Amino acid sequence: MLEIKNLSRTFFPGTVNERKALRNINLNLSDGEFVTVIGSNGAGKSTVLNMVAGKLQPDTGSVSIAGKNVTKMADYSRAKYIGRVFQDPMAGTAPTMSIEENMALAYARGRFRGLSLGVGSKRRELFVEELKSLELGLEGRLKTKVGLLSGGQRQALSLLMATFSKPKILLLDEHTAALDPQRAALVSRLTKEIVERHQLTTLMVTHNMEQALQLGTRLIMMHDGQIILDLDQEEKSRMTVQDLLDEFSKIKGAQLDDKTMLQ
Amino acid sequence: MITAVELGLIYAIMALGVYLTFRILDFPDLTVDGSFTTGAAVASVGIVNGMNPWLATVLAFFAGMVAGVITGLLHTKGKIDGLLAGILTMIALYSVNLRIMGKANTPLLGEETLISPMRAAGILGSAASVAILFGVCLVFVAAIVWFLHTELGMAMRATGDNQEMIRSFGVSTDNQKILGLALSNGLVALSGAVIAQYQGFADIGMGIGLILIGLASVIVGQAIFTQRYIWLAAIAVVFGAVIYRLVIQLALSAGLEVNDMKLISAVLVVVALLLPKWKGFQKIVKSFKRTPTPVTESKEEVRTNA
Repeated sequence: MLEIKNLSRTFFPGTVNERKALRNINLNLSDGEFVTVIGSNGAGKSTVLNMVAGKLQPDTGSVSIAGKNVTKMADYSRAKYIGRVFQDPMAGTAPTMSIEENMALAYARGRFRGLSLGVGSKRRELFVEELKSLELGLEGRLKTKVGLLSGGQRQALSLLMATFSKPKILLLDEHTAALDPQRAALVSRLTKEIVERHQLTTLMVTHNMEQALQLGTRLIMMHDGQIILDLDQEEKSRMTVQDLLDEFSKIKGAQLDDKTMLQ
Repeated sequence: MITAVELGLIYAIMALGVYLTFRILDFPDLTVDGSFTTGAAVASVGIVNGMNPWLATVLAFFAGMVAGVITGLLHTKGKIDGLLAGILTMIALYSVNLRIMGKANTPLLGEETLISPMRAAGILGSAASVAILFGVCLVFVAAIVWFLHTELGMAMRATGDNQEMIRSFGVSTDNQKILGLALSNGLVALSGAVIAQYQGFADIGMGIGLILIGLASVIVGQAIFTQRYIWLAAIAVVFGAVIYRLVIQLALSAGLEVNDMKLISAVLVVVALLLPKWKGFQKIVKSFKRTPTPVTESKEEVRTNA
């Protein structure tokens, strides 16, 4: 469903700040696969996500979604295939518009937006049904401005908006990191339920190793612009957070040794 | 006084255009200073050359749209700062407007215009003309409110609200801005066309400082009316435009001169911007809103005690 081939990107080439963000990344997600991505700061996790979303262009390599090469497509053009939830709970919704209007904006993803009313009575029924699945009581507050909701509510709504039109790929960019533990647990649970219900092919970046182990069917670890560990569901289920940390320091250590030998 | 209301209602169409860019798109567009005159020039030259005044006014609307598209292209494709893009188009339009008119002033004396039948019927300056113009304003308000609730219009609102988000739902924010600027400047030019027909001439300087009148109308209206609903906000803009004209009228009758108008406009905008921030004003507003609440609170207490 998602095919990432030989993706490389260097930031600030030719300057003292030159940094290789991605070194020849290859990653294939089959239909319905839910991959969690962990790694240190600056490992390239968000860069990969931004390249899939079209926010960043790679120097070399390609991104294909459902067999279609989207590497050169603008972010808003390829948005018809992609649902996205951002880290900032404020980023995924329009604050001065009501809950039902936000749902309508999401509903029209990838379709032609013409002069028909955004929120008709038939659509409103659909929105109510979808909002009920969140179990936050938002279905009774359709006319409420989204700016008045709490961060957790807004993030849950963002998640629903990104998913209910069934995108080919769902991108989650540390979408629980800015929430308090209770809200983060709620959004994690909703993520699991929604991805399973719609069988969404998902790429989730997280800093939370426990979350990375709990959610998803596959786990990859990135470091210094490379994928250094790739675990399938069975391997993942046997892992603990401590195992992951050990694995991380082992691989990182090995690399450090290599470098010292070269010098 | 009635003349001030009539003028206010015609300028209200321009203010609705400014509302579209300034409030909905969150884009401070200065093109309006130029496109207002463009509208007046196109309509006047058309009418003087024997064109049907309705057709001439519609043509003015499209001329304004073109001006808006140019600012939009400069900003989105040329990546020029929004304020500067507007200023560039505005300055360029000064020459274009002179080219359209061929001179600095085009009189419409004795021509058949949109206003001349009203003048001939003797209803200009009466309650009837105010009612007609108010009705026209309401039609525009209704059209704008309807548009902003369509899928396209909602995408435009979201563009002003959260660009990143609406792009992630497949909307080109560039196209939305260009469309918004086109519609806005179309309305501004239309307003300019009607003003020219109302006052009987188009003048190269008639658009100077116009953005302030637009902003004053939007901000004054907003200071008085709640912004909870779009239709209320849009009607507030119409009332804001009328109130602005009445304030100008008062200032004139208090002995100030026409030449002082730009200063008064600027002061009015500053007052409308600063007044809501002043604590004393907030207290007054609150005291209006608070009155009913203590009653329900005491009831709650009784209930919990029982």
